[in-house]
Amino acid sequence: MKLYFKYLSMLLKCQMQYKVSFTLTVIGQFLVSFTTFLGVYFMFSRFNSVNSFTFPEVLLCFSIVLMAFSITECFVRGFDVFPQLIKSGDLDRILVRPRNEIFQVLTSNVDFTRIGRLMQAVLMLIYAVPVSGIIWSPDKVITIVVMIIGGIVMFSALFVLYAGISFFTIEGLEFMNIFTDGGREFGKYPFSIYGEGVLKFFTYIIPLALFQYYPFLYLTGKSGNIGLIFLPLMGFVFMIPCYSIFKYGIKRYKSTGS
Amino acid sequence: MRKYISFFKIRFIEGMQYRAAAWAGIATQFAWGGMNLLMFWAFYQNGENSFPMTFPELSNYIWMQQAFLAMFMAWFFDNEIFDGIMSGNIAYELCRPIDLYNMWFVKNMAIRLSRMILRCMPILIVAALLPYPFNLTLPSNTLNGVSFLVSIFLGFLVLIAFSMLIYISAFYTLSPKGIRILSTSVIEFFAGAVIPLPFFPETLQPIMYALPFASMQNTPFLIYTGYITGFEVMRSMLLQVTWLIILLTSGKLLMKHALKKVVVQGG
Repeated sequence: MKLYFKYLSMLLKCQMQYKVSFTLTVIGQFLVSFTTFLGVYFMFSRFNSVNSFTFPEVLLCFSIVLMAFSITECFVRGFDVFPQLIKSGDLDRILVRPRNEIFQVLTSNVDFTRIGRLMQAVLMLIYAVPVSGIIWSPDKVITIVVMIIGGIVMFSALFVLYAGISFFTIEGLEFMNIFTDGGREFGKYPFSIYGEGVLKFFTYIIPLALFQYYPFLYLTGKSGNIGLIFLPLMGFVFMIPCYSIFKYGIKRYKSTGS
Repeated sequence: MRKYISFFKIRFIEGMQYRAAAWAGIATQFAWGGMNLLMFWAFYQNGENSFPMTFPELSNYIWMQQAFLAMFMAWFFDNEIFDGIMSGNIAYELCRPIDLYNMWFVKNMAIRLSRMILRCMPILIVAALLPYPFNLTLPSNTLNGVSFLVSIFLGFLVLIAFSMLIYISAFYTLSPKGIRILSTSVIEFFAGAVIPLPFFPETLQPIMYALPFASMQNTPFLIYTGYITGFEVMRSMLLQVTWLIILLTSGKLLMKHALKKVVVQGG
């Protein structure tokens, strides 16, 4: 753990060398998600609700997803740019070192500019919490925390899966964006609004709805089933197959030789 | 002229090589368009009367947007140009008896067009086969259909003319990352890539339509869907031409100024 923080501070210092570029990128990251927010806002200035979800409720959902995603993108960035590690041959360097390879991939890249997105998420949460009409009893607070943690685990699992697949093919990888970037982009609304088929897909195949939609029902009081709070923890279960694919990929990995 | 055509050809053929990647891209765009439509469908069912377009019009808009994404995606830049400026390789380009602005312009056209051609047909065909009201239909009348073809080309040129300004800005900043991401989000939003411009609040719309960003993908797609007709079509196309001239002239002038004081990086 101490080593991890050492790496973090090194990477932070590294990125802080280019202050103007760093600041502009942070502002840019903020703007990107801010325009998405404006899109939602404009929709709700025309329509009062969507599938009985109100604007503050959707904002709450959006901010939880965005928060989980931006934290993941910041700290699990190494897996996001993993194909480059393979291409450049840096993976070989990682494999010969006497340390866990997951740890090393994690520390190979941390993107602090994602703070811009995180800021947007925090602002939306601060706005939505008082106006959402939810009575903030301890169980609701726990729900939000569990949702964010579950979300981080789910998105991390998807990034690990992405890295795992890149051992086998580089060409088809763009498809994975539907689940990572798409999960963030479409997760701004509870998955139920896209219809039953989509909800089922995000429940059983890519289980993003487990941290987003189901506990959200409990949070907004649309369901009284307290068991829904713990569904996001299924992210840890989802991590198992994703990690196995990654492990399998590493086992049969042959260097690119560069 | 001939040299620019051959630049175009080189880049175009290069772009046509990535076929497997194109299939993944098609699947991604298809899912993206579908999810977007389902999202709008949910809103549509909650308040049909507040919907600024008819639903079939929106379906047409979304599918055209996905099919021609490669022409209008604002986040795409030719990294060779940025690398050239930062590494100093630009010096070689300057030695050639060609106009740098025109060459970059043609290169950008070629890359985007080759990607579009690889991707558009499968999306158009599958989208046309979807059930009503999610399907893609033919334009409402011939006049709109013909105007669309002219307008999409104009919009394409406006987008590239605008992104040229960002390439040129790299001469001044030498670190284009921040400006790239800033300009990308601004273009995407005001061009109607996040939500179509008719969904913007009414008070903002006159300003939105006057900005150069509306002359990119917004105008041709709205013409195709039949959201704007008759005299409005002519007027918005005239606006496209105006912006194109303004952007081209300012781009050329800026380039001249930048090249006068260019510092070649590295040795």
